[in-house]
Amino acid sequence: MSGHDQNVSATATAALERFTLPNGLRVVLAPDRSAPVVGVAVVYDVGIRSEPAGRTGFAHLFEHLMFQGSENLEKLAHFRHVQGSGGTVNGSTHLDYTDYFEMLPSNALERALFLEADRMRGPRLTEENLRNQVDVVKEEIRVNVLNRPYGGFPWLKLPPVMFDTFPNAHDGYGSFDDLESATVPDAADFFAKYYAAGNAVLAVAGDLDVERAVKLVERHFGDVPARPAPQRPGFTEPDLTGERTEAYTDHLAPLPAFAAAWRVPDPIGDFSAYLPYVVLAEVLTDGDASRLVQRLVLTDRSVTTVGGYVSFMGEPFDVRDPTAVLLQAHLPPGGSVAAVLAAIGEECDRLAQDGLAEGELARTVARMSTYLLRDADTVLSRALHYAVLEQQRRDAALAGELPRMLTDVTEEQVRAAAAALVPSRRAVVEVVPGGGQS
Amino acid sequence: MTVVAGPRELPPLEANRELVVPTGVERTLGNGLTVIVIERRSVPLVEVRLRVPFSRAQLDPTFVAKTALLSQTLFSGTADMSTVDIAAALQTVGGALSAGVDPDRLLISGNGLASGLERILAIMADVLHGAAYPEKEVTTERARLIDRIQVAQSQPSHLARVALLRRMYGEHPYAIQTPDSADVAALGTPELAALHAERLHPAGTTLVVVGDIDPAATLDLAEAALGSWDGAGAGEALPAVPALSPGPILLADRRGAVQSSIRLALPAVGRTHPDHAALQLANLVFGGYFSSRWVENIREDKGYTYGPHSVVEHSIAGSAVVLAAEVATDVTAPALLETWYELGRLATVVPRDDELEQARQYALGSLLLGMSTQAGLAGLASTYAGYGLRLDFLADHAARLAVATRDEVGAAAATYLAPAKAATVILGDASLIETALATLSSVERSPSPEGPGD
Repeated sequence: MSGHDQNVSATATAALERFTLPNGLRVVLAPDRSAPVVGVAVVYDVGIRSEPAGRTGFAHLFEHLMFQGSENLEKLAHFRHVQGSGGTVNGSTHLDYTDYFEMLPSNALERALFLEADRMRGPRLTEENLRNQVDVVKEEIRVNVLNRPYGGFPWLKLPPVMFDTFPNAHDGYGSFDDLESATVPDAADFFAKYYAAGNAVLAVAGDLDVERAVKLVERHFGDVPARPAPQRPGFTEPDLTGERTEAYTDHLAPLPAFAAAWRVPDPIGDFSAYLPYVVLAEVLTDGDASRLVQRLVLTDRSVTTVGGYVSFMGEPFDVRDPTAVLLQAHLPPGGSVAAVLAAIGEECDRLAQDGLAEGELARTVARMSTYLLRDADTVLSRALHYAVLEQQRRDAALAGELPRMLTDVTEEQVRAAAAALVPSRRAVVEVVPGGGQS
Repeated sequence: MTVVAGPRELPPLEANRELVVPTGVERTLGNGLTVIVIERRSVPLVEVRLRVPFSRAQLDPTFVAKTALLSQTLFSGTADMSTVDIAAALQTVGGALSAGVDPDRLLISGNGLASGLERILAIMADVLHGAAYPEKEVTTERARLIDRIQVAQSQPSHLARVALLRRMYGEHPYAIQTPDSADVAALGTPELAALHAERLHPAGTTLVVVGDIDPAATLDLAEAALGSWDGAGAGEALPAVPALSPGPILLADRRGAVQSSIRLALPAVGRTHPDHAALQLANLVFGGYFSSRWVENIREDKGYTYGPHSVVEHSIAGSAVVLAAEVATDVTAPALLETWYELGRLATVVPRDDELEQARQYALGSLLLGMSTQAGLAGLASTYAGYGLRLDFLADHAARLAVATRDEVGAAAATYLAPAKAATVILGDASLIETALATLSSVERSPSPEGPGD
């Protein structure tokens, strides 16, 4: 077992079966019989960016409603059937998609397909369940945003600084007012518009026999009514022409923090130009040998932690344009954000002008390969990535090609990406600590 | 396509998949280090876990501070290598290593490309032999740790945990598991070097390696890398944990909190106890997974909370069931009442057959899922090794889960999940919740307010 060729073959040659049902549902099957488990993912092409104005948080609220019963299933039944089969179940709402997924012992594959097909035909949308889930979502927002320091930082705090249009700038968790204003007819409309078979991808990875799995998919999804996928509008915005900075006080936060972001090329339309930014984020921040950890943490001691990644939810291969490369840091008490931003600028200049050290790019990419492969070791992660890649790019197989494509990124490309991280293109959000300074 | 009219039947499950526990190979080296290697060739990676016993016999906050800082500086350099050299050498083989501590053990965890295993083990050995705790790096990491402690102290989940551990363990070493800033500030290179010399020993330590590797060759690699690791000295035996003492609700004030953090601790038994399988099932029926009575009640019926959970927590010196729910401030008392109701109902009325079967399938399925990845296998093998167990224990455990009866599960609930046995801690805005809580039980204020007030 040696080196990257092995890595590539281990994932890229995994045979993928791809087909489309007459109702428009796209399907990806990825057999791997090394463990008796399967991952099942259904991804709908609707996310936070598609929410109507006045309904912030609705895509996520609707995700909750998809668990509240469906054509043949009472409330609670979906969870009980999955967990009572030995599986785990959840869903999540992203900027550009919403996923629903199970990971189960493989003897429960047909049951999982039945459950997903049942809610694809239609969730049970009732006033009682809607009110209950509005309450649950409010508690989710309290636990993740309102009752903790750095809540929503930076994924909810930076987009409104960087973007001008509602789809990109608004709070994806939603305001309590908007959540409480949501109605059952809103939910029915949302389902009718976005939850069409033609707007979804089903992916199954793991312990399956392709021929039999095809039959099961046809049996359970074949008669989901065909409805056309809605036209997806483009959400792009022009790049920034001058720096934007905002600060807000977090009453629970004890330390200053900031996040800075720069737009990157279109992840779908210009993938080869986009990929160097994904690598750059790791050159700058992955581990103690990375540029910014060396400079800011170990040398200057100007930050306590620093991280970098592409896309606001940290999913560089599951996002569409517009998106950004982000750098974020927590500072010691009294630390200067301006000084840290200046040091980041110096490091980007140095990278752009002097290039990388011997072996620096190769080792960074080697570690990235490990991340990708480790993620792929879970059948559920694999199913989710296949589904999203198929949906956004019609190319599920890209998942297996990523390790090799990363090794093709050149030093010149990384230098050019670093050169693009200039102050005039950046959006910065700063957390002013308002608590814990007793 | 014709649309099927009328209700559709839930498809039956196929026959349960057999739980195949991977057979590892094992070797105890001359220095006392036990090496366990498990082959799983799903991806061309390798996972490593080195588990070193790291307990302290007495409650000792300065020891907690020392272990925390040691875990942050173990990879900060040797005589030949700097922090950056170490990180770069590991990254070159797609690898990384890090350390963490709890009151039972120090755990070095890492992963990388399978082709880099020799490098990863060599660096692990270099650090075990010769971590230098350079003064500059110790100064940096000390300041970072103090900053992190400050951030932790602003997080309700952390504050609730701290209060609960104090309430559960009194003077036992488990009572304090996170360091105090002042204790950390007093530490330097000499203290860390002394702790390393005193406690990082191969005897009683287990190295687990899982991945795309040849087992026999990997045993040899591990022996070559770590066979000369020495360091005499014994670990410290922990006293058994004290029995939980039920009593008034302990209320910790956090002014301005928009949620209350409810925590209950209940007694439990260890993994090898005859009641363990029944207790695990009883906990699932109560609140151990989404499809449990507690979650279906306080989330899906009442909407009080987002993610309540109940877990059987195991430590070397004892086990406990710990319940956690973050609830809206104005429903704090009702949420506690429902929690007691569900505990009490399970403790006094034997669960239904369908509830038990659902929990049983979930428990058995979780074993399959947990062993389906390299990282999952490595974590399980390392944890169980810390208790003197091997993965084949899981096959025996699955057999016990498969046969546990309703009566046994009901009896376990009565013994372990009775609300009368709970130690209860609530962190929240006392001015808004104390009066209502006092209608349910006597309430005692925690002496110090928690977190920022503004």
